[in-house]
Amino acid sequence: MGEAVIVVALLLVAVSATAAVAVRDPVRQSLVLAVLGVVLAVLFTVLQAPDVALSQLAVGSALTPLLLLLTVRKVKRRGRRRRENEP
Amino acid sequence: MNPRTRLWLVATGGAGLAALLVAACLRLPRFGGDRHPYGDRAVHASLERHTANTVASVNFDQRAFDTLGEMTILFAAVLGCVVLLRQTRDEHRAHPEPADVARPVRRYALLVLPVALLTGLYVVAHGQLSPGGGFQGGVVAATALHVLYLGADYRALERVRPVGAYEVGDALATSAYLVTGVAGLIGGTAFLANTLLPYGTFNTLSSGGTVPLLNAAVGMEVACAVVVLLAGFLDQAVEIVDEGEDDDRAGDGHHHEERGK
Repeated sequence: MGEAVIVVALLLVAVSATAAVAVRDPVRQSLVLAVLGVVLAVLFTVLQAPDVALSQLAVGSALTPLLLLLTVRKVKRRGRRRRENEP
Repeated sequence: MNPRTRLWLVATGGAGLAALLVAACLRLPRFGGDRHPYGDRAVHASLERHTANTVASVNFDQRAFDTLGEMTILFAAVLGCVVLLRQTRDEHRAHPEPADVARPVRRYALLVLPVALLTGLYVVAHGQLSPGGGFQGGVVAATALHVLYLGADYRALERVRPVGAYEVGDALATSAYLVTGVAGLIGGTAFLANTLLPYGTFNTLSSGGTVPLLNAAVGMEVACAVVVLLAGFLDQAVEIVDEGEDDDRAGDGHHHEERGK
């Protein structure tokens, strides 16, 4: 029973990590990263490491995606302006 | 150094690292076993000093010096971000207008904000007893504040988040950790040694000697650091605009003030 849960959690991590690499749009990528953070937190909990799971949940699924989204917003705004000026 | 030598250097280093990693992995305890030479010793040492959460004991007692390093890394990283994301001469600040927030979003955010903040503070306060601790709780508390940006607007967030105060808090918390370490050196036996304070009653908030103090210092440092970090990113994403960038922003109802006003 316990091992089945570990295998499922590992598979979920593999799937969401692959998805995070396969998705090319940074905005969607950050959302997939948030999902990956949650799945990793589940894996760490299953492996009896709740301390690491909490860190992963806080940083991986909230802080990192937020920083990525803010960066994308800034970069896109700058890119839009440059495109308008060039042609 | 030409590319060929560089490649050789990388290959040698990489091969050495790979060999060491493989050798280490071969001697690891079996996956999922209930005995671990290091784990048993860590639990024993943590129980001896009345710290209920062994991970907290490892972080803030047995390996307190490592945690000082990690804390300094975060401090330096945030310092670097503050310097990089500052407002430069060719940028100026746009003042974001109050935004309309959908009623359910506002209600949900105002409901979640106190709960999340309290959860963060709880996780910090109980770091020496239950899973969690300064780092985890600090991040939760700091991100909880930013729910206000979703529920109200940027102005409301800026009002509860004077960045200067959090920068001072970040530095103060880092110093508090160092001072506790030096106190261990002067009053006890060694830097960061947990021999200064009584260990207290097992499984109470004040148990564990200096562990709760160091845990609280890290909690404050991380919370302040994350607030300052997010403030830098939010400023760039919402407020600070390049010269000429205001052309396409004027339509969104933003008005601008020249820098230095």
